[in-house]
Amino acid sequence: MTEPTIYELSSPGRTGVTFPEPDVPCAQLPDALLRADLPLPELAEVDVVRHYMHLSRFNYSVDGGFYPLGSCTMKYNPKINEDTARLPGFAFTHPLQPIETVQGNLALMYTLQEWLKEISGFAAVSLQPAAGAHGELTGVLIMRAYHHDRGDEKRVKMLIPDSAHGTNPASSGMIGLNVVQIPSDSRGNVDLAALKTACDETVVGLMLTNPNTLGLFDEHVEEVVNIVHECGGLVYGDGANLNALLGVLRPADVGIDVMHFNLHKTFSTPHGGGGPGSGPVGVAARLADFLPSPIVGIVEEGEEDEPPLFGFITPEKTIGRVKAFHGHFGMIVRAYTYITMHGAEGLRQVAEYSVLNANYLLARLRKTYHVPYDRICMHEFVAEGKVEGSDVRALDIAKRLMDYDFHPPTNYFPLIVHEALMIEPTETENKDTLDRFADTLIKIAEEAKSQSELLHAAPHKTPFGRMDEVKAARELVLCCWLPEDYSSQ
Amino acid sequence: MNYIPISPSERDAMLATIGVESLEDLFKDVPARHRFPDLNLPPALTEMEAAAELQELALGNENIRTELVSFLGAGVYNHYIPAVVDHILRRGEFYTAYTPYQPEISQGTLQAIFEYQSMIAALTGMEVSNASHYDGATAVAESVNMAFAQFRGKRTKIVLSPSVNPQYRATLRTYVQGMGLELSGDNSSQISTLDSLLSLVDTNTALVIVQYPDFFGRIYDYTTLIAAAHAQGALVCVATNPTALALFKTPGAMGADIVVGEGQPLGIPLSFGGPYLGFFTTRKQYIHKMAGRLVGETVDSRGQRAFVLTLTAREQHIKRERATSNICTNQGLMALASAVYMSLLGQTGLRQVAELCYHKAHYAAKEISKIPGYELCFDTPFFHEFSVCCPRPVVEINDHLLEHGILGGYDLGLDYPTLADHMLLAVTEMNTKDEIDALVNVLAEVSHD
Repeated sequence: MTEPTIYELSSPGRTGVTFPEPDVPCAQLPDALLRADLPLPELAEVDVVRHYMHLSRFNYSVDGGFYPLGSCTMKYNPKINEDTARLPGFAFTHPLQPIETVQGNLALMYTLQEWLKEISGFAAVSLQPAAGAHGELTGVLIMRAYHHDRGDEKRVKMLIPDSAHGTNPASSGMIGLNVVQIPSDSRGNVDLAALKTACDETVVGLMLTNPNTLGLFDEHVEEVVNIVHECGGLVYGDGANLNALLGVLRPADVGIDVMHFNLHKTFSTPHGGGGPGSGPVGVAARLADFLPSPIVGIVEEGEEDEPPLFGFITPEKTIGRVKAFHGHFGMIVRAYTYITMHGAEGLRQVAEYSVLNANYLLARLRKTYHVPYDRICMHEFVAEGKVEGSDVRALDIAKRLMDYDFHPPTNYFPLIVHEALMIEPTETENKDTLDRFADTLIKIAEEAKSQSELLHAAPHKTPFGRMDEVKAARELVLCCWLPEDYSSQ
Repeated sequence: MNYIPISPSERDAMLATIGVESLEDLFKDVPARHRFPDLNLPPALTEMEAAAELQELALGNENIRTELVSFLGAGVYNHYIPAVVDHILRRGEFYTAYTPYQPEISQGTLQAIFEYQSMIAALTGMEVSNASHYDGATAVAESVNMAFAQFRGKRTKIVLSPSVNPQYRATLRTYVQGMGLELSGDNSSQISTLDSLLSLVDTNTALVIVQYPDFFGRIYDYTTLIAAAHAQGALVCVATNPTALALFKTPGAMGADIVVGEGQPLGIPLSFGGPYLGFFTTRKQYIHKMAGRLVGETVDSRGQRAFVLTLTAREQHIKRERATSNICTNQGLMALASAVYMSLLGQTGLRQVAELCYHKAHYAAKEISKIPGYELCFDTPFFHEFSVCCPRPVVEINDHLLEHGILGGYDLGLDYPTLADHMLLAVTEMNTKDEIDALVNVLAEVSHD
């Protein structure tokens, strides 16, 4: 049940859209600068629509079913968000228009900055970073800039717990910092003794994911932060797991200095098959001057009934711009819509029910699958994808779940749990779905004992079976067609 | 209003299964003195109220579809987006899926990205495209990371043309902080020629970065420049406009090693600056140093052709602190938008758009250059954007244009001190002759005032 590629569907002379004839005299084209051919496919509109419709049916999605992908917060994406982001007043504004002509956009961005500050406790927020990893990069640049600004240039070490998110080491490595890994203790907290040993005058800071990738809230978070602060380091909070903390804890209140938000996780903007995300960054007051430029501010106070004039402000010691323009505005509109519909009480319920759902699944599954760090979890938990008396692995269990029409949990991450299955249900699932999922995982454990070959070969009922990944990497066919100089090499 | 589908009695049953009495009991690890803060947020709205509030905010803008006629470009452009594009993007199967980690149930996304890679490679004349970066600016910045990695840090100089979009250059400067690189040529007060740029390239140069068409709209054939840079062992990155490539010689044909750019013109709305699409292509020999996701063809266990994320060993989650980049997501849905756009237009439609842009821009340039006091800055060939020397400060002219419902060009003096009173104007297929004539009339009026 495969679908031909767009090039295979192409037929010379077809086109899916035509444009008006020029209403101006035609100018001479510069012959010497023209290209000879343009190898793009040729299809009619109906061909294109059917092709992408067919492809869409091969995808599993949140709209289609339960997607408990740990650390990704695959919650339901409200439909109203899609409508508001497409309002012509938003969608058809150019990023370089005079500020007087885009006060609606700027008011919205300013307000979202204020709301994110209120939710997190930070003193200032920039909406510019494009994704979580991009926010991390922004954050670590800010941390280093802060130290350099104080004339402290010897700090080159970033401490990263082994329960942190996978992008943290790459974000630090990318700007040339040395990464030092900090182990976890037996309850899944940062190992305080190891942290103390690693803390010295060369530490830029600690990148703390809390709740961590085990889904656990660090029981000594304030002590962890204090230890890092005492050696002059800063604490970065990975905000990817903020869903568990909305209205529960403001990260800045426990001393976190800088954190990114994932609008595409916590605030329901869709994941889009891998992006676009949006990763605003919040900072404590002492870091506010280093935020990327520009941020939205009030450039002229309003009078009585007149609203203020919003505009762009460049923080005094900014690290610079981290992308073109002002951030993923379309995602910013969606997040604004989401927050405006929730209010303070609604956001707290998001956190409470995401944690309720995770603990409910944990309670239903812990007898079947070993949970190595077993205590009250936050929005997710990590079980071992192993069954006593069977040779099946986490991968087999994940693949078998697809036969029952579930998206598998994240597997083989975090690395500190063998055969990890990282399960994050989110708050937008009902009890029936959770029960069906738990029942299915329990049934799969039975299958693992009685008919393990069924799991090794899974999935069976999906349109595609397991992939030959070695072939893909060896042959490197990355394109529907072969450019001439490609095949001649 | 919230989206939680659990009734109070279901909640109580679940709490009982867990073995706690209340929701609050689940949060005992959170320091008590900071637990459950009162958040000062406005009261929750229903969907009906939220829709009205957002509409009100949107109406606080003047948009370029119904209120203003736009001649503003400077990196992003107002093009027609066929209806099909958004209808496909609104398929929940596409937009509510995540990164295709499980290929058995993600072939829709994977094949769409594979086709995107193919069409971008075709457009740029390059061998390999990745699954995309955040935008044109970050794609340029990532080209530096890639070149730096290719030379294992042994070449430490980057030659950057000042005619590259100032926002790209600013982003690049942020990205390379602390890498110990020397940035050469990045001087907005001195707009270099190709020769002066080339004189900066030496055997310590890892990468030369130019733009095509450049920020001022000019088109140069970089073949000679690229050959000369290669003679010094340096790589060359060309940042380009995808619409222009429907007509003009590709950077690939000129010998470029890396071709990147802003994909927004390919069916993505302006949306006040994002989300857009950074495309990134290279030659196959450099593929292991390229960042970002990559989709390759393979077969599944049933012998069917299928697609997977491949060469993942390059990426952050495996290589961790030794990865070329920390990029994790791509711009999946935006890449899909551009793939649908390119599929629909095909070679005929995209050429038609490019030609319309070319003819209309040249008509506008010719008419403007006839107005006393206005002059084209350069006599180099251009595509759909050109620089005009104006008789008065650009901000004054733009104020006047705005009164007539026209969004004027970009003020080049903001970035280039020697180009005060210079305006960068963009004309696309969206601008009618009447609109261009109206622009010309108002410009003439301003020069008389």
